[in-house]
Formats: sequence, C-alpha cells, structure tokens
Amino acid sequence: MKTDELIALLARDAGPVKRGAIPRSLAALAFGGALVALVIMVPWIGFRPDFPAALADPTFWMKMAYTFGICAAGFLLAERLARPGATGRAGWLLLAACALAIGALAAGQLAMTPAAEIDVAVMGGSWDACPWYILALALPGLAAILWAMRRFAPTRATLAGAAAGLLAGGGAATVYGLHCDENAAPFVAVWYSLGIALTVATGAIAGSRLLRW
Amino acid sequence: MASDIETRLKTLMLRGLGGDAAAHAELLGALTVYLRSFFARKMGRSAADLEDLVQESLLAVHLKRDTWDASQPFTAWAFAIARYKLIDWFRRNRIRRTEPIDDASDLFASEDSTELSARQDLGKLMGHLPPKQRALLEDVKLAGLSHAEAARKAGMTEGAVKVSIHRSLQVLMKRVRDEN
Repeated sequence: MKTDELIALLARDAGPVKRGAIPRSLAALAFGGALVALVIMVPWIGFRPDFPAALADPTFWMKMAYTFGICAAGFLLAERLARPGATGRAGWLLLAACALAIGALAAGQLAMTPAAEIDVAVMGGSWDACPWYILALALPGLAAILWAMRRFAPTRATLAGAAAGLLAGGGAATVYGLHCDENAAPFVAVWYSLGIALTVATGAIAGSRLLRW
Repeated sequence: MASDIETRLKTLMLRGLGGDAAAHAELLGALTVYLRSFFARKMGRSAADLEDLVQESLLAVHLKRDTWDASQPFTAWAFAIARYKLIDWFRRNRIRRTEPIDDASDLFASEDSTELSARQDLGKLMGHLPPKQRALLEDVKLAGLSHAEAARKAGMTEGAVKVSIHRSLQVLMKRVRDEN
C-alpha cells in the first residue's frame, strides 16, 4: 500500500475524538481499584478494632493524608506519562512534598520518643505484614491501570508502569489505613512507604514488558 | 521557523480532532514529508524499512490521537512518537546506538519527499484480517465508497462500518509492529 493510500484510509477514520479520556479513565480505574481493595480487605482482615472511633484521632487523618497525597502524585504522573512527549512537574513536586512531610513528622516524633520506645515506634506490631498487605490490595487496581495504559501511548514504559504502581499503591495504602491501627509516624514513613514502593517496583517491571504499542 | 510549523500543524490537528477529515489528511501528509527526512537521516538514506517506518508512525499518530494534550506543543508529541518508533526499530534490528538527546527540531528540520516503496506491504497484511473486515476496508480504500455506500453493500449500519474500520486499523498497527 502506498503511503498516500494509507493517508486517505486514515482520513476516512477521522471522526471527532472525545477529549479528556486519559484523566477520566485513570481516575475511574484508580477509584475502582480502591473499591476492590476495600471489598477484599473487609472479609480478609477487617476494619481496625477501634473503628469508627478512630475517625476522631488526628493520626488517622495523618495517615490518610499521606497515602492519599501519594495516590494523587501517582495520578498526576501517570496522566503525563501516558502521553508521548508530555512534560509535567506537578506529580514529582507532590511526591517530593509527601515524602518530606512524612519524613519530617517521623523525625520529629522520634526526637520526642524515649530511647526505650523507639523500637516500638518504628516497628510497631505489624511491620512484617503491612507492606505485603498493601501490595496485595494494590494488585487488582494496578492490573486495571496497566491495562488502560496499553490503550494510551506511554513512550517510557518502565516509568509509566512505576507511576501506575504509585497510583494503585497509594490507593491501596489508603484503604489499608482503615484496617491498620498503628499510629506512629515513623511506622507509617517506613512500612507504608515500603508497601507502596513494592507496588511501584511491580508496576515498573510489568510496565517494561506490557506497555508496548 | 519552528513556531510557524508548530502553529500550522497544531491548527490542523485541532481541526482533525474535531472531525475535519481533510485537515487530518493534510496533517498526515505534512508529517509524512518530515518523517521521511528524519528517518532517512537516522537510518541511512537507502534503508529498506524506511517507508515502512513512516507508515507505522502515521498509523500510530492516527490511532493515538487522543493522547495529545492541546496545552502541550504538537511538535513535541509527534517527535516523541517518531523517536519511539525509531528506537523500537533499532532494538528490533539489534543496532546498538546511544540516541543523542534530540529534540523536536530534529524531526521538523527539513522536508525530503522522495518516497521509496515500502518493503512490508500493508496491503498484504490486510490479508490477515477476517474476510468481512477486509472486504469493508477494500471497499472504502480501493473503490472509494463512502461509509454509507459501504454500509449498504455489507448490510450494516454506517456506525458499525466506522467501528469496523477503526478496529481493522488497530489490528493492522499491531501486525505491522509484530511483522517488523
């Protein structure tokens, strides 16, 4: 087929294109992924025992704010990385801000913690389970977002997959905050972040293989 | 002038996205000329795959139109696609090259319109489509039937014809990538 013929053919397929499909899909799938995570979480590990009283606790909202901020950063990054040649700093800035905030809070709390209790503040009671629960809860959302990414045009597959992981991981960590009754900022800074990082790594590896077009 | 090119192509792209088929065709025609020159410089002027890569890039620009954000430069978007396809070609042909950090001005530098014949015949790849989809594509492409005429001939609605053609193009893009 000569190139002119191809162009004529493509012009025949040139119907109007609905705008805004990328942010809409990403938002819908991220929300859906979080919903699935919730549906899995409740029968599996349940809400935290002090729910809903925990809603009055500021540390509950501190956790929510951190994980939701990560999720929002993932959304901004994924939305840009789904497009060829798109630049955007907002996602990176938000990610850095979240990391700095939780780091500062954790350092501040540790500074006020007596030496004997530092171990508990950092390790809590569930350090070995927390990251894995977050990863497990993130997987359905991650799969859905990667599947959507294939229909877009990411030119940096590994980075796009990582952003998908950040989005799904942030959402799952937010849902996990409804189960987990650890309140210390050092714990959240280390173990929630590790769970999100595991999801980012999974997304990056999957992205490098799957996101071809 | 780089900004003139950006203005012209961006206008055509916006009109094409609004459903103006003639603007879309003009955009693809303009891109073809830049793509040929760009790939010829990067792949070697007599590369057998040159026209194939041009066609593959045009298919990608068309099928992934909805990934362009109107608040970003069109030339940067188009260049990213061309570069992506070029790097993919290097990888498939196991050519080790550290791509220098180009920017969009590298694609829109010159216009060279010598067309070589495509090595991989897109027309032949159409043979892999199911008969009904292939017949529709042939009617619209070769016989120049309108969507309405092709729909009448096939006993389908016009909307169904459009969907079928769009899907066939997506299959073709996958095939082109897998064959190369």
